[in-house]
Amino acid sequence: MNLRRLVMREIFHRKTNFFLALLGAALAIVCVLATLAAMRSFELNSDALIAKMEADTQKEMKQLEDDIRKTMKGLGFNIYIFPKDQDMSEVYDQGYASKTMPEEYATILANSKIVTVNHLLPSLTQKLEWPEKKRNVILIGVRGEVPLAHRDPKSPLIDPVKKGELVLGYELHRSLGLKLGDELMFKGKSFKLSKAYQERGSKDDITIWMNLTECQELLGKKGLINAIQALECNCATLDRLGEIRAELMQILPNTQITETGSTALARAESRTKAKATAQKQIATAKQHRKQASAERERFAGVLLPIVLLFAMAWIAMLAFMNVRERVTEIGVLRAIGVSSKIILTAFLSRAVVAGLLGASLGAVFFAVIYPLLKERFFHGITLGEVISVSECAWLLLAAPFLAAVSAWLPSLMAAQKDPADVLRYD
Amino acid sequence: MTDNQPIAVKAEGLHKRFVTTEEEVHAVNDVSFEICAGDFVALHGPSGCGKSTLLLMTGALLSPDEGVIEIAGKNPYELKAEGRAAFRAEHVGFVFQQFHLIPYLNVLDNVLIGDLANRSSGGESNGDRARELLEKFNIGHRLHHVPSKLSIGEQQRVALARALLHSPELVLADEPTGNLDPENSEIILQHLADFADDGGAVIMVTHDDRAKAAAKSAMHLDGGEMISSDQQGEKKEGQGE
Ligand SMILES: Nc1ncnc2c1ncn2[C@@H]1O[C@H](COP(=O)(O)OP(=O)(O)OP(=O)(O)O)[C@@H](O)[C@H]1O
Ligand SMILES: [Mg+2]
Repeated sequence: MNLRRLVMREIFHRKTNFFLALLGAALAIVCVLATLAAMRSFELNSDALIAKMEADTQKEMKQLEDDIRKTMKGLGFNIYIFPKDQDMSEVYDQGYASKTMPEEYATILANSKIVTVNHLLPSLTQKLEWPEKKRNVILIGVRGEVPLAHRDPKSPLIDPVKKGELVLGYELHRSLGLKLGDELMFKGKSFKLSKAYQERGSKDDITIWMNLTECQELLGKKGLINAIQALECNCATLDRLGEIRAELMQILPNTQITETGSTALARAESRTKAKATAQKQIATAKQHRKQASAERERFAGVLLPIVLLFAMAWIAMLAFMNVRERVTEIGVLRAIGVSSKIILTAFLSRAVVAGLLGASLGAVFFAVIYPLLKERFFHGITLGEVISVSECAWLLLAAPFLAAVSAWLPSLMAAQKDPADVLRYD
Repeated sequence: MTDNQPIAVKAEGLHKRFVTTEEEVHAVNDVSFEICAGDFVALHGPSGCGKSTLLLMTGALLSPDEGVIEIAGKNPYELKAEGRAAFRAEHVGFVFQQFHLIPYLNVLDNVLIGDLANRSSGGESNGDRARELLEKFNIGHRLHHVPSKLSIGEQQRVALARALLHSPELVLADEPTGNLDPENSEIILQHLADFADDGGAVIMVTHDDRAKAAAKSAMHLDGGEMISSDQQGEKKEGQGE
């Protein structure tokens, strides 16, 4: 005869009481596991959603950047190089620069090893009155493309204007009724109209193109230009203007550059905007997730102690009933010399067994039903991901401990029963 | 016959008072006695005269307010509660009117329950001792039955076997035949007498004349006081011869 046997026999004898205690432990553990699983699966799920959002955004951004890079490469982009002391507001105001720089800047640039700029077009521009025709025109002196020293000669982008010839914008030749080959006088010099442009709907329509050298002579600005236009620049990086500026400043420190509007630029801007929007969305999602997690944690922080308290009170009550039922038995055991320590152990063991067995059954039950509820309540996340084996082991250890704590008072009462009080009424 | 036997229990000037809200009950009033090994004493008297109280005090379960008790030469009330429990396990056996068998243990386990108190003794030899006792009491064939399956008489015999498991010096029985028919009473009384004959001491509370007759001597209690005591056994022996 030993204590284990006594405890086991008693458990089998008073099945209902034991089963109810076991049920309490099982329900408590199921509640704890379900709460943990719900919280964890929610967190894992929202983490995954955010991660996916971030990955998608990143992918989209990368795609966009690639696209833009390609477009930019294909399109190229145009820059203007102006004298350093040129006031840019004046350029934006009147459409061209008034300050001048040496024409040889174009040659210096062309002879440098700079790879980002192409098609260098020096020009001299001035608004003036066409004295012979009494009209305000924009006179541009061009010399065609300056060949780049280190590249294969490319087909010139803009045909130069030959000496003694003029090219007129649409409005000029239309209103004056001029046709190709007509002899024209400009500032007392005779030119032949070599080209008449179609309507462009811009200031080009009142522009006269002239050979640069002749233009310089006419305006008394020999060897000077206002601007160098560089067309179809290539640049792999997105901060292309910065890159070009850095390169250019080393070669031509007395200049400044500006980019003229382009499709590529607009796309780059929209990309930046899209990225900012996506990042804001991700930040909002993260914030929501944080708030929701905190809310759930608060809820669990209230729910779990209540569940535990109920389970413990339940087990304590059942233990108390068990003690009441066994008063005579306790008296007899004490009378024949069984120590109060053994009585205490007997009652505590009962609670411990109920706690351990109940928790184990609860855990097994939860593991069995989890797959059925997974999709509906736990975001389809597997049990192994939300509850670790060691956590489960801790819970299974804690359950008998808490059961023993719950049954402590009734067990102590049992152990301290005075056998004389019990047996006196025999 | 018992004169040269060692003293099993010696009580001197025992008092026990119970103070309730209204009055004080002097349940045992200056009781002294001496019981030797081999004595079988019937303790009788009217209801409420203090028999059970005296029995509990003698069994190291209820400390007297005054007076001294010695069992096997030792005063158990000098021990602390746990020590007294161990003392009971070693020296005293109890038999109750209601048997108080443990309902969920079979006959053998009910007898062996004393092992929980006295774990120094080897389990195997106690198992043999339990079987031997149950065999002797004629319930050896019911070892694995629970008490509810036994007859009343059989249950009391199991309780007696439980009391005798550790071969105590003293057996205290409170109305052991109170619930039994004459035939089963006879069996129990015979076994108690046998125990005394083997050198044990028995104090048995009883109202039953047949039980009184089975005892070798008697103590009469009234109003908590010892009215007469012939526990030296002269009367019985005289009557018996
Ligand atoms: N714990 C107690 N508190 C108060 N009074 C008590 C207590 N125990 C016993 N008594 C009283 O002491 C007296 C003796 O009681 P006891 O049980 O010893 O009588 P008894 O002789 O065994 O009676 P019966 O033959 O009916 O069993 C009774 O009056 C009883 O009410
Ligand atoms: Mg009584």
